[in-house]
Amino acid sequence: MGMITVEQDITRRVEQFIYAEARLQDEHEYAAWEALWADDGIYWLPANGDAIDPEQQMSIIYDNRSRIGVRVRQLLSGKRYTQDPKSAIRHLITNVEVLEQSGDEVSVGCNVMVYESGLRGETLWAARTEYLLRDTPDGFRMARKKVALVNNDKPLFTLSFLI
Amino acid sequence: MNVMTRPEVPDFATLIEKDRVHGSLYTDADIFRMELDRIWYRTWVYVGHESEVPEPFDFVTKSIGPQPIIMTRGADGQVNLLQNRCPHRGNQVCTEPQGNARKFTCPFHNWTFANDGRLEATAFADGYKGQDMSALSLGKVTRVASYRGFVFGSFAADGPTLEEHLGGAAETLDRLCDSSPTGEVEITAGFLQHRVKANWKFVLENETDGYHPAFVHASVFKVTDSGIGGLYGSKSTAVTRDFGNGHTELDLRPEFRMRDQPLSWFGTTPERLPDYVAAMEQAHGPEKAREVMIDGTPHVMIFPNLFIAEIQIFVLQPRAVDDTVQHVTALQFKGAPDINRRLRQQTMGSVGPAGFLLADDSEMYERTHRGVLSRDPEWLFLTRGEHRERTDDDGFRVGHATDEVPSRGIWRHYRQMMEVE
Repeated sequence: MGMITVEQDITRRVEQFIYAEARLQDEHEYAAWEALWADDGIYWLPANGDAIDPEQQMSIIYDNRSRIGVRVRQLLSGKRYTQDPKSAIRHLITNVEVLEQSGDEVSVGCNVMVYESGLRGETLWAARTEYLLRDTPDGFRMARKKVALVNNDKPLFTLSFLI
Repeated sequence: MNVMTRPEVPDFATLIEKDRVHGSLYTDADIFRMELDRIWYRTWVYVGHESEVPEPFDFVTKSIGPQPIIMTRGADGQVNLLQNRCPHRGNQVCTEPQGNARKFTCPFHNWTFANDGRLEATAFADGYKGQDMSALSLGKVTRVASYRGFVFGSFAADGPTLEEHLGGAAETLDRLCDSSPTGEVEITAGFLQHRVKANWKFVLENETDGYHPAFVHASVFKVTDSGIGGLYGSKSTAVTRDFGNGHTELDLRPEFRMRDQPLSWFGTTPERLPDYVAAMEQAHGPEKAREVMIDGTPHVMIFPNLFIAEIQIFVLQPRAVDDTVQHVTALQFKGAPDINRRLRQQTMGSVGPAGFLLADDSEMYERTHRGVLSRDPEWLFLTRGEHRERTDDDGFRVGHATDEVPSRGIWRHYRQMMEVE
């Protein structure tokens, strides 16, 4: 993929959005996080590589917008034991790159590390994350978020926070 | 005198009673090593499914306990279970999770093996002049047998046949295959691997524990209209069953037969899966098809590691006393694309590291493992439903959906296995 010339302005807006989304995840602000999704949003964590067909193969998460809602309601239910107590987490995000711009949509890639501390102990997660963001009068909305964990072909501990 | 001694062999009769078991059975690393010898490297262990190696020379890497196993389809169509270890100096000959290969070449000294394990060639062969190399092949699992496409391996040269081992539980695999219009299930959607820092027997016992769903899965029942909750309530007519040999099931058919609605077990209706229903009626005739589609697929734990959870297959892999991997994927019915799509979607929602159900189950496994490390009380208490345990028409022990019939059956068999040197 070649480099494209991107206006500083859009890059900066995109970065601010991604950092804000990460903060909502880190602080378990589930409802505010859900509001960042477009109505046709897809939240995808592939398994066994990052190039599988999620319509044919198992993914760790492959939520359409309605299932994202179920995921959030489960976290808010007070009985999602794997997140009660909640994991302490912090996302670190680097290498933010605008990959493509088309109309009101912008594709963004970044590298992410998440440090998690929970009842089991500490777990480190690393991923390549790609977004398809849609610009709206209310700001960006996520039409697609793909989190490709670098070890998604290996046995993984429970991942029940929002990544 | 301070000499290294082998750990004493515990007296299992003092650790496993009729309705209580000692916590050390889950946490003692010496007992775990004994389990490898007396259970995992002896009895029939599920390894993989024939549909994972459909063509000659296909291979897929699997495991028996901590040991990696390569499952291959030979040129002759036979399924082989090989050990991933060069007989020369021990290097691993296969590092790909799956593929198609006529031979495996060890990268260390370039020895080459056919995909049934036979040594085909050594590099610079003049160095072995006059030596009989014919015994040097990849190690093989001693006995390999398959039932309805499910391939099992046993490292014991003698012992019960696979069918004798499965006993009454074989019928549950028949029941599963009956729900496929072609009579065949396939494993084609790739596995999720969900790791827990907990002993494998917590997972084993939980699979047919009907007491926990109302509590551990309350969040799912609250936020979806899954219709599962009532199956595991105190008023449920479902039964727990102990088939013997450690195999146990949660038989939900009494509940589904009361509902008398085809595909209700799967939370859907015939109208939403017309192609599947037509294919089932074609295969079985309308009357039998209706019965099969009312009953649904089984919820059965085949000792020690194959769990059929209605629409998923779980393969349990113990790697250490407190390290267990659940390999899980959607069951697929050969020739039924419309239901298969739904089977995959429901599976992805339910299981794996982020699943709505299994993330909470796995949380319980880990908390329980930490819990039993406490010294007082030392025992786990498995008496639930003893007063109402009975024998069914086939001679199997059964109880209420929430009773601990399965755990008691698992431990009865476990003790028998562990007491044989």
